[in-house]
Amino acid sequence: MKLIIAIIQPHKLDDVMRELDEKEIYLKTVTNVLGCGRQKGVTEVYRGTKEVGTLLKKVRLEIGVNDSYVKPAVDAIIAGARTGSIGDGKIFVLPLEQCIRIRSGETGTVAIG
Amino acid sequence: MTAINAGDTAWILISSALVMSMTAPGLVLFYGGLVRRKNVLSTMMQSFFILCLISVQWVLWGYSLAFGPDVGHFVGNLAWIGLRGVGLAPNPDYAATIPHQLFMTYQMMFAVITPALITGGFAERIKFSTFAVFTLLWATLVYDPIAHWVWAKGGWLHDLGALDFAGGTVVHVSSGMSALVVALIIGKRSSYPRITPAPHNMTYTLLGAALLWFGWFGFNAGSALAANELAVSAFINTNTAAAMAALAWLTIDWFVTKRPTVLGAATGAVAGLVAITPAAGFVTPLGAIAIGIIVAVVCYVAVAVVKQRLAYDDSLDAFGVHGVGGTIGALLTGVFATRAVNAAGADGALLGNLRQLGIQALGVVAVIGYAVAVTFVLGKILDRFMGLRVKGEEEAIGLDITQHKESAYTLID
Repeated sequence: MKLIIAIIQPHKLDDVMRELDEKEIYLKTVTNVLGCGRQKGVTEVYRGTKEVGTLLKKVRLEIGVNDSYVKPAVDAIIAGARTGSIGDGKIFVLPLEQCIRIRSGETGTVAIG
Repeated sequence: MTAINAGDTAWILISSALVMSMTAPGLVLFYGGLVRRKNVLSTMMQSFFILCLISVQWVLWGYSLAFGPDVGHFVGNLAWIGLRGVGLAPNPDYAATIPHQLFMTYQMMFAVITPALITGGFAERIKFSTFAVFTLLWATLVYDPIAHWVWAKGGWLHDLGALDFAGGTVVHVSSGMSALVVALIIGKRSSYPRITPAPHNMTYTLLGAALLWFGWFGFNAGSALAANELAVSAFINTNTAAAMAALAWLTIDWFVTKRPTVLGAATGAVAGLVAITPAAGFVTPLGAIAIGIIVAVVCYVAVAVVKQRLAYDDSLDAFGVHGVGGTIGALLTGVFATRAVNAAGADGALLGNLRQLGIQALGVVAVIGYAVAVTFVLGKILDRFMGLRVKGEEEAIGLDITQHKESAYTLID
């Protein structure tokens, strides 16, 4: 099992979710975050306004997946989020030790959905 | 001594300020809360900017075109350009007991809010520069003539006896229909209706609705142009229609979605206010109740059923509430009007006078036809030469950042 964390441009969230839906990956968590990359937020004036120094608004997506779904999920996120410009974001893939469904108590690959 | 009456002047001064407050912060909040967070500043900016733009346009040439010496029963001439000839003594053609400049000021606030209502039709996707040019031209080519027809000495609808106490056709029908035209030319927001964005802050919308209601007392009761019995009638009718329409809308909401909604209450109240606008000084409070119920039902259908069926993106229901509501109000004025309330008015269909209803209908048809035609041509020309709509990526990023380089809300500090 893996936990995928993706930091993307806020205005690409719709596209990313549509791509994930097409691959039947429906379970996800979304939060608003601030972030910047190597350019320290300097070059993105058109696509964001700077807050707290040089941080720009981004959206964070978290998805727990079974190993066989890692590549489809990553491909879907890239397809939805990539624009080719600076600030497109990053994807992290972390090993996931355990996953429990609160309602039923199921664990492991069954709980991931 | 001067013919100026202190009570009338004080009341109309206050009414002018009340109507101004309907645009900012009334519409600013009402519309601002209905759009997504990334577009809230641009939406608010549109109303605020119109307040500034039309305030100056009106003084320079708008007032002259709308209320100046008549030309062919169609429009005023430019004799009053820059308020030349518009002094502080009363102009008995319009208001015998207040300074002429005060009448001009009061009318200015109507000229301001009318184009601001149109912004609901193209919210979240219009280019600011084109919007500014459109507003200036629309005010001059559509609002000023229509105001002249209905309210000016020599205006053809005025001479025909059309009853529009505070601007049902002049303000609401004209703006609502024009909004629909622009909405159709500019096209739907991308991914609408698959994704229908939720209002990002309904508290603003409710506050805005309350401010609109408050300001509307100046809009309707002030149209008596005096601090007299008629102003009191109009005040009561305004409040009653708004309240009844909100209750009726909530009732429909309860039946349809099993839950009364805040948006329903706010929209219902506004619909009631729109419909009572032409009728406020001509009907009884019972008539106002009837108007409130009827407009709530019709506008609910327009907003919840017709819009979905025909799938046009009138984002903030400028057509559904102001266009449809204004039309209903204008027609119902011809039904419920009674000389008992206002001897200078007329009796309506309920009292056996069908002719008035016919005149109301003619007025509505004429205003709709003219507003739609001119707005269509204006919209098409501006779209061709300036482009009405922002680019796809700009729409996705949001108008606040792309049109104004500003962000309404920070995330951390």
